[in-house]
Amino acid sequence: MTARVASPTVAGKLAVAAAEPRSSLWRETSRRFRRHRLAMVGTVILLAMVVAVLAGPLAWRHPINEIDFKAKLKSPSWSHPLGTDDLGQDLLARMLYGGRISLAVGIAAMLIAISIGTAVGATSGYLGGAIDHTLMRITDMFLSLPGLPLLLLIVYLFRDALRKTLGPEVGVFILIVAVIGGLRWMPVARLVRAQFLSLREKEFVESARSLGASPLRQMVRHILPNSMGPVIVAATIDVAAAIIAESTLSFLGLGFPPDIPTWGRILFDAKDNLDFAPHWALFPGTAIFLTVLSINYIGDGLRDALDPRKVLGT
Amino acid sequence: MPKYLLRRTLISIPVLAGISAVLFTILALAPGDPFEELATNPNVPAEVRMNLRAKFGLDDPLPVRYARWVVAMARGDWGFSFVSRVDVDTLILQRLPATLAVLGSALLLAILIAIPIGTYSALRPYSIFDQAATTLAFIGFSLPTFFTGLLFILLFSIHLDWLPFIYRADISATGWRWYWEHVRQAIMPVAVLGLFQAASMTRFMRAAVLDVVRLDYVNTARAKGLSEGTTLVKHVVRNALIPVVTLVALQIPNIFGGAIVTEQIFRVPGIGSLLIASILANDILYGWLDPRISYR
Repeated sequence: MTARVASPTVAGKLAVAAAEPRSSLWRETSRRFRRHRLAMVGTVILLAMVVAVLAGPLAWRHPINEIDFKAKLKSPSWSHPLGTDDLGQDLLARMLYGGRISLAVGIAAMLIAISIGTAVGATSGYLGGAIDHTLMRITDMFLSLPGLPLLLLIVYLFRDALRKTLGPEVGVFILIVAVIGGLRWMPVARLVRAQFLSLREKEFVESARSLGASPLRQMVRHILPNSMGPVIVAATIDVAAAIIAESTLSFLGLGFPPDIPTWGRILFDAKDNLDFAPHWALFPGTAIFLTVLSINYIGDGLRDALDPRKVLGT
Repeated sequence: MPKYLLRRTLISIPVLAGISAVLFTILALAPGDPFEELATNPNVPAEVRMNLRAKFGLDDPLPVRYARWVVAMARGDWGFSFVSRVDVDTLILQRLPATLAVLGSALLLAILIAIPIGTYSALRPYSIFDQAATTLAFIGFSLPTFFTGLLFILLFSIHLDWLPFIYRADISATGWRWYWEHVRQAIMPVAVLGLFQAASMTRFMRAAVLDVVRLDYVNTARAKGLSEGTTLVKHVVRNALIPVVTLVALQIPNIFGGAIVTEQIFRVPGIGSLLIASILANDILYGWLDPRISYR
């Protein structure tokens, strides 16, 4: 009887005690992240890019496909801050529009890769045995697939079919995102599996199990949150890799159609005019480079901030 | 050791079978038809097309076609290209030397840059040298190869006019001049690929040396009177190289990916540009995948 009366207050005290270190853990992590100077610079640059890409087209109301042969291949000027291409189309408007697609592809492909990777890795690491073995062989097989050639081949082969059914923009977007994500989940699966293998034997999971938590609850509520550190880092780097993959596809002429000017696509159109219109290639290339560099530095900062071993070092 | 090699080889057979099955299924499911051209040509009657399809076994069930393809590949019959009317193996063998020469020199360049810089960075962590090297490495692997390639062309071919930006297999000069021309045109593709690989390899090397250099056996080597150079080369670098070699080997498929891009920019007549040309010509070479797979 007394225990029943006491338990809410004890639970309340425990909750307070649990809430405090938790918030300070995150505060500690963000403090470590903010101390990584280049990661902070990267965050600022990336945020500026995102804002520009989202709000830019509202402020710079130039149509992306207005053809003006009188102004073709112009260097940067007041009327066209980033110059024009061979059809006299305004490059700033095209870059802002294309940036939306490039960033969206990066984030969507990362989400797919992380979802598949986490699901495979968690199942493999938690269940073990024959299922683990089979899943890991499949992961190995995917790891040995020749990435870029396969990407090119699949996109080329299925592009027209999807374009017909879903329209040019949505169809190509879904195809590219699915294929990039579908070919990049393997490292995440391995990371998550390794985390699950070590965490599932820990006392806190054992106590959850003995309290009757179902396997799914153990995985989702107890093990997964504790294995997120490396996954967050991998997710960040994956955004950069997916942006590069999409740009590479577009650069080889196998990505988005010409009326959807992603950064890689602009570069593809610009590459034969390097000698008399270098600005046309330099701006989209620099945009890709700066985005990828910022994301890589953010990933590095997160790695330092989320790695508990670092606390001792610094 | 032979036993180990045998076991690894046996394990890799199901993986190889899986990869080839996946690739074959993708090709088979694809909407493209090698006889599409005949279908649109009014001079070719439909029966002829059907006969051709039957002759090449295109209407058989998928598993039968896969089995036949595997047997043919194993026998060395890699099929022929519908566009150039040449056997695929001849076509690939023609293109392979250029690709391997560029890839090999790029890998060599990457190793020559990465090992000394990575080692020196790790010996003096957080020094100015290390910070500069780390920054350069980050820039290096954030610069996509297609953009570096264009920047190199812009600087060295257009601006300075030092190097040719088109790779030619048929250089007419003879003797020393021939070699010189070949080296000159290979500089940019090799540099683009090599620097890109060197960037990540430097990071691996730095991490690997950092792991090794504080271990006891390194102190033992110093304590027994070995010179600093000998300790470094024979004990530190040698052991640090083991994980680096593994990572580099795992990256070989990606390096081929980079080769596709550089070959496309500099028009190197290699496997990568063959692949792009085949894809764009709707000419699916059933054999193109193989050198990549057997490479592993």
